[in-house]
Amino acid sequence: MSLRSPLSRVLGLGAAGDGPAHWWAQRVSAVGMALLGLWFVFSLFGLDLADRAAVSQWIAAPLNSVLLILLVATASYHSHLGVQVVIEDYTRGWSKVTGLVAVQFIHVVAAGIGIVAILRLALGG
Amino acid sequence: MAANNRPLSPHLQIYRPQITSVLSILHRITGVVLSAGIVVLVYWLAAAAGGSESYAVALTILGSVAGRVFLFGWTLAFFYHFLNGIRHLVWDTGRGFEIAQVERSGWTVLILALAFSAAAWAILLSGGGS
Repeated sequence: MSLRSPLSRVLGLGAAGDGPAHWWAQRVSAVGMALLGLWFVFSLFGLDLADRAAVSQWIAAPLNSVLLILLVATASYHSHLGVQVVIEDYTRGWSKVTGLVAVQFIHVVAAGIGIVAILRLALGG
Repeated sequence: MAANNRPLSPHLQIYRPQITSVLSILHRITGVVLSAGIVVLVYWLAAAAGGSESYAVALTILGSVAGRVFLFGWTLAFFYHFLNGIRHLVWDTGRGFEIAQVERSGWTVLILALAFSAAAWAILLSGGGS
């Protein structure tokens, strides 16, 4: 039995019903970020960041390329989920809608640029 | 009363900040800061892929005093969000909710975040890093 009134159902108010999926995606990507983030920090310790050739060579190594692509993708996804909640909490109306769309676009573009940059180095850029 | 004028709870202006509430909002703030950090990560990767000249420009920007201050801020944000995220994942299993436990884990996360950030920069500045 639903406790929602027919009026509230018609108006489309109330929970969207996809909260648990969002919550779970945030936790799973968080675990991914914890592992990839630790790997990335420890990798930076062993790199001469001022040496472009050494950095490029490191990025181009197969395992590093794969993990870096996963890092960029997971970070963008996790970041999108988080910023989405911030916007939903603090804005409403059109600023909420445009903010959510803009944030999604920015994250997809950032992930795209990052992944293409890694692939260019990995595939002989 | 218009919907927009409804009183909000909690009343942040008169509510005394506590370690629990301050660390809670700090998790959100560092999360947003790290989101901006993705742009820097992607810029660094694109600069490396772009060639020697673009990488030299990136080094000048990121290696400047302002660049280093921002990078240190991102290091702090990373370790705080990382450690407090683990704290959240532990909470998700239903553990550590007693006030004393919450306060102890909160201070632990804060102190470790500062220590890890200082250690990371000590390694980067002394080792091969620039």
